[in-house]
Amino acid sequence: MDYTFYLAVLTASITAGTPLLYAALGELLAQRSGVLNLGVEGMMLVGAVTGFMTTVVTGSPWLGAAAAMLAGGALAFVHAFLSITMRANQVVTGLALTLFGTGLSSLIGRPFIGVPLPATFADISVPLLSQIPWLGQVFFMHDPLVYVTYFLVPLVWVFLYWTRPGMNVQAVGEDPAAADAVGINVNLVRYVCVVVGGMLAGLGGAYLTLALAPVWLDGMTAGRGWIAIALVIFAVWNPLRAMAGAYLFGGVAALGFRIQIIGLPISAFVLQMMPYIFTIIVLIFVTYQGRVKRLGAPGALGLHFDREER
Amino acid sequence: MWTDAALIMRGITKKFPGVVANSQVEFQAWRGEIHALLGENGAGKSTLMNILTGLYWPDEGEILIDGKSVSLRTPRDAVRAGVGMVHQHFRLVGPLTVMANITLGMHSEGFWWRPHLIQQKVVDLSASYGMLIDPHAKIWQLSVGEQQRVEIMKMLYRGAQILILDEPTAVLTPQEVKELFRNMRRLADSGKTIIFITHKLHEVMAYADRITVLRGGRSVAIRNRTDTTVQELAELMVGRDFMTDIPKPPVVSEDILLQLANVSALNDKGLPALRNVSFSIHRGEILAFAGVAGNGQRELAEVVTGLRPVTTGQIWLDGKNVTSCSVRQIIDAKVSHIPEDRKGMGLIPNMSVIENTMLKSYRDPAICPGWMLDHKAIRARAQKLVAAFGVKTATIDCPVRLMSGGNLQRLLLAREISASPDVIVAIYPVRGLDVAATESIHQLLVEQRNQGTSILLVSEDLDEIFKLADRVAVIYEGQIVGVLPATRDSLDDVGMMMAGVKRKGWQRSDVAIN
Amino acid sequence: MLLSTKKQSGYVMRWEKRLEPSEQINIAIPIVSIVLALLVGGVVILALGFNPLAVYRSMLAHAFLSRSGLMDTAVKAIPLILAGLGVALAFRMLLWNIGAEGQIYVGALAASGVALSLPGAPAYVVLPIMMIAGMLAGAAWALLAAIPRAYLGANETIITLLLNYVAIYWVDHLVFGPWRDPGALGFPITKAFSSAARLPMLIGRIHVGILIALAAALLLYAILYHSRWGFEVRVIGESVRAARYAGMNIERNILLVMMISGGLAGLAGVTEISAIHGRLQTGFSPGYGYTAIIVASLAAMHPGWVVVASFLLSGLLVGGFSMQIAGLPLAVVSMLQGAILFFLLGSSVFARYRLTFRRKEGS
Repeated sequence: MDYTFYLAVLTASITAGTPLLYAALGELLAQRSGVLNLGVEGMMLVGAVTGFMTTVVTGSPWLGAAAAMLAGGALAFVHAFLSITMRANQVVTGLALTLFGTGLSSLIGRPFIGVPLPATFADISVPLLSQIPWLGQVFFMHDPLVYVTYFLVPLVWVFLYWTRPGMNVQAVGEDPAAADAVGINVNLVRYVCVVVGGMLAGLGGAYLTLALAPVWLDGMTAGRGWIAIALVIFAVWNPLRAMAGAYLFGGVAALGFRIQIIGLPISAFVLQMMPYIFTIIVLIFVTYQGRVKRLGAPGALGLHFDREER
Repeated sequence: MWTDAALIMRGITKKFPGVVANSQVEFQAWRGEIHALLGENGAGKSTLMNILTGLYWPDEGEILIDGKSVSLRTPRDAVRAGVGMVHQHFRLVGPLTVMANITLGMHSEGFWWRPHLIQQKVVDLSASYGMLIDPHAKIWQLSVGEQQRVEIMKMLYRGAQILILDEPTAVLTPQEVKELFRNMRRLADSGKTIIFITHKLHEVMAYADRITVLRGGRSVAIRNRTDTTVQELAELMVGRDFMTDIPKPPVVSEDILLQLANVSALNDKGLPALRNVSFSIHRGEILAFAGVAGNGQRELAEVVTGLRPVTTGQIWLDGKNVTSCSVRQIIDAKVSHIPEDRKGMGLIPNMSVIENTMLKSYRDPAICPGWMLDHKAIRARAQKLVAAFGVKTATIDCPVRLMSGGNLQRLLLAREISASPDVIVAIYPVRGLDVAATESIHQLLVEQRNQGTSILLVSEDLDEIFKLADRVAVIYEGQIVGVLPATRDSLDDVGMMMAGVKRKGWQRSDVAIN
Repeated sequence: MLLSTKKQSGYVMRWEKRLEPSEQINIAIPIVSIVLALLVGGVVILALGFNPLAVYRSMLAHAFLSRSGLMDTAVKAIPLILAGLGVALAFRMLLWNIGAEGQIYVGALAASGVALSLPGAPAYVVLPIMMIAGMLAGAAWALLAAIPRAYLGANETIITLLLNYVAIYWVDHLVFGPWRDPGALGFPITKAFSSAARLPMLIGRIHVGILIALAAALLLYAILYHSRWGFEVRVIGESVRAARYAGMNIERNILLVMMISGGLAGLAGVTEISAIHGRLQTGFSPGYGYTAIIVASLAAMHPGWVVVASFLLSGLLVGGFSMQIAGLPLAVVSMLQGAILFFLLGSSVFARYRLTFRRKEGS
């Protein structure tokens, strides 16, 4: 195992982490506005299958990505409607969406199993930057969707902390009564955040089918949506930390895969377990730390807002 | 000075399921005045002001601001009409800065967050009204008085001409109260209209120009401060003779039932809430704790009932050391607890009356031999309880959330008293209740006392304290600053101790004449 | 408030809190949800080129009206009842245990381990040990999430979910590796259990597990509504603050409830592996753990209704299987399940709130 091994793992960390990052950014946004979205897994799957389908039909992965975002957003809209307007329990609603999305994607994707993609998001080397020794290979020789995240993460960060609408989102998630009192439309903000979150999740799913795999298989997200939710907690609801976390988690998966390849005598299944076990441990650890340091989730996360609650 | 009517509310009626909060209320406030809206808990003051700020829609009536009829459908409408309200529970976002909160949700400030620009505007505004705040501080770092100032600034920044303060002094120290009204006077003199909601008579007489009294959802009187007295206002507020005494035989027993020795405890934020608290309660005695809410009363009750651990000190119950006992052990040791939060802690709104009555007694072998519950016995017991304490409910199977405040408290007391406790810890037992309910609860408590039960009473109402208690302890910033017999003579001393002015052992002459 | 929009005629729609629970609404909700879900499913079925009415009629007839289908329905209801009871109990206390699937797998894993290491033992020895092992395994698996939840407030939803994947991979690892049957020509299955380790049949294909499941439902009902501890569980689920105030031990109950929940799911795994398959293999559960969530929600967490809902959903599954031959993809079933849950959630609002129309006040 020389340095090429490590470079390969690091590079793979980025690609493995990118779908997680998209989904986590989306979930982060939704949670910042106070809505818990446990349907991420379902949204990623519908995004994955829709993106694949659209690309097969149209030949353009960009159209596929756009379609994936629409699909994820549509599913997220249902979640928003049920949990915000219909005041349903956010946990169970998210679960329902995951089940539904899983079933739906399986249904739609049936005719596409084994179908080859006419075009994918091919790797593009960024001129100049990719020449940097080591860093160039790890960061700047990826497909366009990875580069999009390089802009998306700072964008979300700027949005949340340096624009008024972003601060409104923070207010809605912390104390919706306070936000409502100054005239912010709490429900509208939540709807928007949840739908955009779903769109990003859909895009994350499409990344799997259009860039990473690139193929359609039943249930191919394999729990990445859930890891993304754990990621948000790990990131303490901060987009920059989410990026670091996504690559870290991606790295664990990539490492497991590579260990398999170089033939170490560890069962493939045990290696596949690793990302999940890792996530659980990290989650517990971060929760413990959060309690000790009193860092916290957005104050109103998961709670319903009612102006005339008496 | 007081020229035109800045605000006229006419014929306001507002009904909620089961209660008429406002009925044909008339309210007028002038420019340049400080107007007090006076009434007991539940008189309809908050509802009226919530209508004015666009949170509720009135069923009938109209509102005129500066002579023009306005329709206040949403909080935004109210802000646009120049109305701003500082609530009892501040509407501030903790992790954001002061200036972020002040300018929250204002489209006019643009899309981008420009701290240097905002900072300047905020500093200028605060200087012009003489209210200093640090624009960069985060809300959670500020004291309550400072947070209140931020709330006021928030309203002024949005051009509020009518400023409403809801029970503003409930959580302030006496210095902060003086400071607040100094600022209010300055604002009024500059042409604003200040309305403050309160039930505290002495505040009204000290600071208001005019007073409107609400009672039972109706406006019953409007007075100039100079034309009225505390006695008259009290009678208007309550509707009958104000202070009734309940006959109490003197305390006979020498036995000490509950004793705390040097008890300290932390609050939820990890800060000291109780500091070296020591006191004892005799058998058949009511010891009341007076003090502005937030000085450690809640933590004191939690420590005695086992809901909060102590950091130092000991608690003795009838001679037994119960300092590190669990809640269950303390319940078994015959300590009853009437908590501050009726619907969130003392009772379970969605469960039936029967189930609520067995909340603590479900382990009693009489109704639960072995691991199975004896539903017949439970039902019989519940029926007896409801009848004995006059709890009004359609059936004992219906969920408790349908019951009125007075009946809820009666049920709570019924359950707690029926356990034949040695000690009752009662926290704000009559908060939010009407006069009849208050009377009956007071009767029940004194009955218990006469039968030999010790009662630890926490109350924010000095009249209640002096009516019920044998001795009164004053708690201030987590310490007991004095324990006095509950006679009329002690009233002044107690008041001053509550304000932190006087401590046990000071002479009258030590207090400077102000 | 998205629902407070102004309408042309001058009326405003608002949600108003309902004062009294309405019996009719509470019963109507599950029924209406199923009907609406069937409607939506019908549209999908139509889009796939089938006649929805014919499909539904055929599914119903096969699942409930044919002897063979009815037996299948009953057999598939068994793991749903057990896992559904477990999930319902946990949900009662607002513990979101969505790891029933993983708990089923480890239950089966443990039972298989017992069966494979005691090939010569008689049934009255090996079967009880298998069941106990399976329940303990499921309980332990749930405990992995319960302990962080009880003492750190960690999110048990995510942890139980992630553990599902770990459990499934663990079983995969065993059947592809150390436990693989050498005579199985490379298929990922273990040796077959001895006949002593197989749950005996009761009627036709319906095995003794049905008695276990019904007994569990009865027991849970008795515990929840007639026992001291059941009262505690219900109180904690309603109000943690009131429970603490009443002296109840929250942490201990979280652990206990999760253990029982996981234990029941583990038992479901045992019955499946012992009665149906007779050996440990990959993917032996068609998502029972997830369907159990829908069962519990449909049943509003009542043990009695869990049995009813289990039969309903297993009927759906069996009907769906029968339609596969006709070309209808099985994924329609899982979609229908999801749709039922949606409509259930959407309509549950009507149990707590009432939609009112009020005339807008003139200004």
